[in-house]
Formats: sequence, C-alpha cells, structure tokens
Amino acid sequence: MTIDAAPSAFPSPRRRGSSRKRRRMALFALVGLVLSAATALVLYALDDTIVFFRTPSEIAKMDVTPGQRFRLGGLVKQGSIVHEGSTVRFVVTDNASDMTVTYSGLLPDLFREGQGVVTEGFVQPEGGFKADNVLAKHDENYMPKDVADRLKAQGLWNEGQAPGPTPAAATGASK
Amino acid sequence: MIAEIGHYALVLALALALLQSVLPVWGARARDAALMGLASPLALGQFALVALSFAALTHAYVTSDFSLQNVIENSHSAKPLIYKISGVWGNHEGSLLLWVLILTLFGALVAAFGRNLPDRLKADVLGVQGMIGVAFLLFVLLTSNPFTRVDPSPLEGQDLNPLLQDPGLAIHPPLLYIGYVGFSMAFSFAVAALIEGKVDAAWARWVRPWTLMAWLFLTLGIAMGSYWAYYELGWGGFWFWDPVENASLMPWLSGTALLHSAVVMEKRDALKVWTILLALLTFALSLLGTFLVRSGVLTSVHAFAVDPARGVAILIILAVFVGGSLALYAIRAPALKQGGIFAPVSREGALVLNNLFLTAATAAVFVGTLYPLALEAATGEKISVGPPFFNNTFGPLMLPIMLVMPFAPLLAWKRGDATRAARGMVGAVGVAVLATVLVAGFVQGGPTLAALGVGLALFAIVGAFAEVMERTKLFRAPLAESFRRAKGLPSSSWGGAFAHAGMGVTLLGVVAATAWSSEVVLAMRPGEQIDFAGRQIAFQGVEQRPGPNYRTTAAELVVREGGVEVARLEPARRLYTARKMDLTESSIATFGVSQLYAAMGEARGDGKTALRISYKPLVTLIWLGSIVMAFGGLLSLADRRLRVGAPRKAARPSPAMQPAE
Repeated sequence: MTIDAAPSAFPSPRRRGSSRKRRRMALFALVGLVLSAATALVLYALDDTIVFFRTPSEIAKMDVTPGQRFRLGGLVKQGSIVHEGSTVRFVVTDNASDMTVTYSGLLPDLFREGQGVVTEGFVQPEGGFKADNVLAKHDENYMPKDVADRLKAQGLWNEGQAPGPTPAAATGASK
Repeated sequence: MIAEIGHYALVLALALALLQSVLPVWGARARDAALMGLASPLALGQFALVALSFAALTHAYVTSDFSLQNVIENSHSAKPLIYKISGVWGNHEGSLLLWVLILTLFGALVAAFGRNLPDRLKADVLGVQGMIGVAFLLFVLLTSNPFTRVDPSPLEGQDLNPLLQDPGLAIHPPLLYIGYVGFSMAFSFAVAALIEGKVDAAWARWVRPWTLMAWLFLTLGIAMGSYWAYYELGWGGFWFWDPVENASLMPWLSGTALLHSAVVMEKRDALKVWTILLALLTFALSLLGTFLVRSGVLTSVHAFAVDPARGVAILIILAVFVGGSLALYAIRAPALKQGGIFAPVSREGALVLNNLFLTAATAAVFVGTLYPLALEAATGEKISVGPPFFNNTFGPLMLPIMLVMPFAPLLAWKRGDATRAARGMVGAVGVAVLATVLVAGFVQGGPTLAALGVGLALFAIVGAFAEVMERTKLFRAPLAESFRRAKGLPSSSWGGAFAHAGMGVTLLGVVAATAWSSEVVLAMRPGEQIDFAGRQIAFQGVEQRPGPNYRTTAAELVVREGGVEVARLEPARRLYTARKMDLTESSIATFGVSQLYAAMGEARGDGKTALRISYKPLVTLIWLGSIVMAFGGLLSLADRRLRVGAPRKAARPSPAMQPAE
C-alpha cells in the first residue's frame, strides 16, 4: 500500500520530498502497529481459547484437570439417556471407555441413542462431564467429522452405516 | 427429454464460455474490433443457455420427475410447491447450477448495460468472466451433473432435508450467491486492468456499482442466513462463529474494505495497487467460502453431508484463479502509476484506517477458521476454535472502525480538519454518553461493558447522519433551506449515512440480545403457568396436527400481560415421514423489536413437556440493521454518478452540489 504522489499533488516543491517520505513512514508505522496488534490478539486468543477434541478413552488415559474445557465426542450409548427435570444424563462411548455427561437444556433434534455426538464442556471435580453445549447437525446422516475419523480409526464405524435413507441421499445441501 | 435439453444446453454454454474466454481477450491484444465485439453476444448466449438448463431442472422438480437422481434424492411429490422450487438449489448439484446461472447473469448484465465501457476493457472483463464460467461449467458437467437419469425410476422421492423446507432457504442461497458471485465482477475488472496495465479513477467508477451490488446482496444473504439459523435450529443463537458462517463473513469484510478503497481511488486516484489486490482477494475469499461449504473439510453445525472429492476440484479452481491472478498482480502491479498524496488526518487517511482494520479483522477470522485444519494437518491434534477466539480478536478489531466511522465523512479529502470534524460529532457523543449512563444506572443485570456497547452503537447511529446534518445545515438554517439542501445531496451521501447507521443498529441488537437475554428450560404439565420476563406464560397442552409431508406435535402457550392475552406461542416438533426425521419448530412472538422465543423438547414419559423459553430484548435489530445497511447500499447504487453505464465525467453533477468532496 503506497501513497506515492503525482508531482502536482502537493503545492510546495521544497517540502515535498521530505513530507512525502515522512507521511509514508507514518503510514508504514500505522500499518505495522495495527498488524502487530492484530497478530498479538490472534496469538493470545489462540493460546487461550482453543478447545481440544477428546474421546472417552483419551480422557480415561490422561490426567484431566477439572474445569478444563474440551470437546467430548463419541456415540450416545444405547439405553443411557435419563431425564431428571430439565437435566439430561447420557453416556458417551467409543466402545472402549464411557463417560457420563450431564446437560441442562433441550437436546438438538438429531440427538439419538447410537448416534454420533459432540459435546462441549468440562470434567467436574467429582468426575463426570458437564456439557454446556451439545452440537446439533443439520443432516441426519451426518457424523461429526471428528467423531467419524476417530471411530473409523478404531474400526467402530464405517461410512454408510448410519441410519436413515440410503447413504447416497447424503450428497450435500447448501446452507 | 426436457432434462436432456437442460444437459445439452449446459454443454453448449461451456462451448460458448470457452470461446468467450479466448476470442475477446485475443481481439483486445490484436486490436480486432470484430473479435472484441463477440464478447457481448457470447455472454448473452451463455446466460440464455444456462437459464434454459436451470429452467429444465426446475421443471423436473416441479413435475416430480423421479427419473432424475437429483430429484429423487431431494424431492417428494407431497412437498409444497415452493419447496419443490427451492429444492432445486437445496442440494449440491442444483446450488452449483444456481452459482453458474448468477455468474452468467452478471456477464450478461455487463454485455447489456456496459455500453460505456472502453471496448478493450469490456472485452477483457467478459473474457475473464468466461474463464470463470469455463471452470465452473466443467465442474458441474464432470462432477456434479444434476441431470443424471436413473433406470428404473422409483415411484417416490426421498424428500428434501426438512431443515431446508423453510421459506428462509427459498431466498437465502440466491441472495448469498448473488453476493459471492457478484464479487467475480470486481475480480474480472481487476484482472482486466492488470492485463491492460492501466488503472485510473474511471476504472474505480465502473467497478464500484458491481461491488456495491454484490455487497448489498451478501449483506442481506448473511442476515437472512443468520435469522434462519436463529428460528430454525431451535436454540435461538444468531451467530455461532461457525466455519460456514465465517466463510460468508470473510468476503463481506474484505468486500466492505474494497468498497471504501474504491472510493479513494475514484476521487483521489490513490490506493490503486491496494484496491486491485482487495478485488482479487475478495473473490478469492468467495471461492474459499464455496470450497469450505462444499468440501466439508471443517466441522460445522451447518454442514450438510458433503463430498470431499468434489472439494478437491473446487480447491483446484481456487488455486488456478487465485494463483494466476496473484502472479499477474506480482508482474503488473509495480508498473501501475501512483497518484494522490494525502495527510494522515483526511478522508483518505480515515478510509485507510478502515481498510487496515477490516483487513486485519478478515485475517483474524481467516486464522480462526482455518487454524484447526492447519493444526490437524501438521500435528494430527484435533481442536476447535470457538466463539471466545472470535470475540477476543474480531471484537477489538471492529471497535476502532466503529469509533472512526462517523468521523470519516466529516473529514475533507487530502487534508482534513480534526477539530471541525469533532465539533460535528458533539451531538452523537452527547447521545452516546447519555445512553451509557442511563443504561448503566437503570438497566438491571448484564455486564458493565454492555452499557458502553449501547453507547457505541448509538454513537454510530447518530454520528452516521452528522455529515448529512452538516451539509443540510440542519438546525443552523431555516428548515426550508435544509430541506432544499437535503434534496440536493447526492444519494450516495444518504447511502453512506444509512449503511453506517445500519452497523450501529446491528451492534445495538447484538449487545442487547447478548447481555440481557433471559432463558428458562423447564418441564411443564398442561395447565401450569410461569412468570417470565414480566409476562405470564401458561402451558395449555399438546396438540397433534397433520401436515402435507409431516406430522406436527405442537405445544400451546398463552402469553399474558396483567391477565390480558398478548400472544400465543406454538412451538412444535415435526416428524417428516419420508425421512423419519424429527424437527423442532420454534415459535416466536415479537414485541416491538424484542422477541419471546419458545422451543419444544422431545416428548417425555411423565406427561410433562420440555420447553425452552427465552426473552431476547432488541434482538430483531440485528437483522433490521443489515436491512438498513442494504438500503444504504441501494441508495448509493442509485446515485447517478455511479449508475451502471452512466456517462463519464461530463455528466457528473456540478461541484456546487458536492461541497465536501
């Protein structure tokens, strides 16, 4: 971004050279300042706000600090959904480990037993996962990509296994 | 038969697009008027053929022709007519056909209304449009043909994804696509200018209406999508910082920057190299958006099942066009002549600041959207970058823009007077301070920052009209004179004022709905009543109702204020029979600009019904603000200095009519 001048653009020929240089320096300084501020913001925010994706087995293996946020993904275990008032409890499983999740609020439309799910929240001090967000999907055949990758890696799920009409029907729709 | 005509028309359109991408550009180099003259008829022909093809697909949907794979997968004979039509673009193949239709429409518009463009520029622009057409027509024909037949054909279709059976979907994708694809015009003009090696103020004047048009449709498209997600997804959020949303926000941000830098270029012949780069980047971001949405490489709440193989094809198109244009830019841009020096405190200076922060904000959204992808590719670690990231980066970067926005129009070109501009802002600052104090003092709850947010929003709204007030001498001259002056103002002044005010209105909605929303989630028995947000809400019971291709279970809620019924809410769940898919239908009652929002949970065994009821103060301002912005864009577009094909310099209004410029 340069703001070079056409010769006629500035009235005093004597001041022109230095003034143009000065203004250009000022502009570069401003650009540099804003860019470094933006970069600092982005780096700081990335350090602070990203959320890792984990499966129940991974949580079982690692040392989780209560209160630390992450996304828990897996399948909703058959027969595990229990309603208690407006709170719902269910078990997320990757068929190796289970994790009990509590959530207060309405579940998304496509939340079902045996279906893939991604929840976001934290592990409570007394154990168990408290979700404040259960991710909904627009498409009944859609397996959250993170979950699908993990489950495929563990050989628990294959493309086309999901319920609903034929897998061919899953070819896209636009938002 | 009709489907085959549609398919054949697409192939013919590809042939015309190939000719269009070669002959006029060649003609422009060889100074052959006949070859250059071919550009317009080719563009018109290409549009006619794609329109024919689109009509053929629409016909197949309307008549429920289940011998077409695409219709089987996305339609059902019992579906209401409007969703049969909107179903045409409610799927991958059809939405791409819509994309190409709009692309060729823009080409045809240039051909039809671009009479005043210099022959060579017009030939080059249409040539580049032809190249984009070739890429996308090839993509449709080779990977996403909507006219594939199935034999034997089934008796019934599989229906459209119920979430897409909504009036919102009927208009949201076309609006969004006009925006996305509209930026291809800015791209084509930029590439044509680079080929030509010449960019001047006239170029900026030709490219601005197209950018403005794309911008205003993108604004409406994003707002429409946001409102659709708000009422359709059933949890009442208006923006999720989801990759698919970010994909549409990025071109909007850089497109907004482009609009402003093009003004500088038009008036002052400065920032040329930068404006050209922005034009290239804005369309690149539009293509990136298409790639992100279509390929499903990112986990998104809005992602419909997608096909990664086709994503690769879009990635190739993206690489070719972005790589090619940037290479051309690297070669040609240094040769572009610079002009127009200006002082830091000037209209140009303010617009540079606007561009700087808008670009930085675009970059922040870009990083947040693509970082998970990059990290996974590099380390295999899966992460999600959520709203906190964007709130902490995008928010602070937009703040200076909101603060400077009202000042900029009060500054003169070249060298502005900061004190004078500040004097013009006294009213706006007064209103802002008053609002902040009142909100902080009298409104219960919510973070302290919210009061400042309200102040900032009102500052932006009132400040937006400071320039108009100054130029009409409102309150300083007799009203009659002010009125006379107001009529004489160029409509782009009014346009700018409304667009800026719209930003403030949207901000006000966002702040209020975020800070003062209240929500209850509860299980109610028929006959129960709760007090909520100053109203009494009684749950009367659940009712079963039949629908065309679904069955509804609706909860009936009566909302009373002091015993008087003021609204009824009927949140429902629909079971779509063809797909055996359950869907929440939220119910909304609007009070002024605030809304009461109810959604119903799954039926439970104990005779209770789970309900989520929330009150969202001023929430509709979020979308009304974008309508105000788009209205501003429309006013600006109506300015005769910018009108498509308007005569050049001679017909510009006399200097007396634009004193501040």
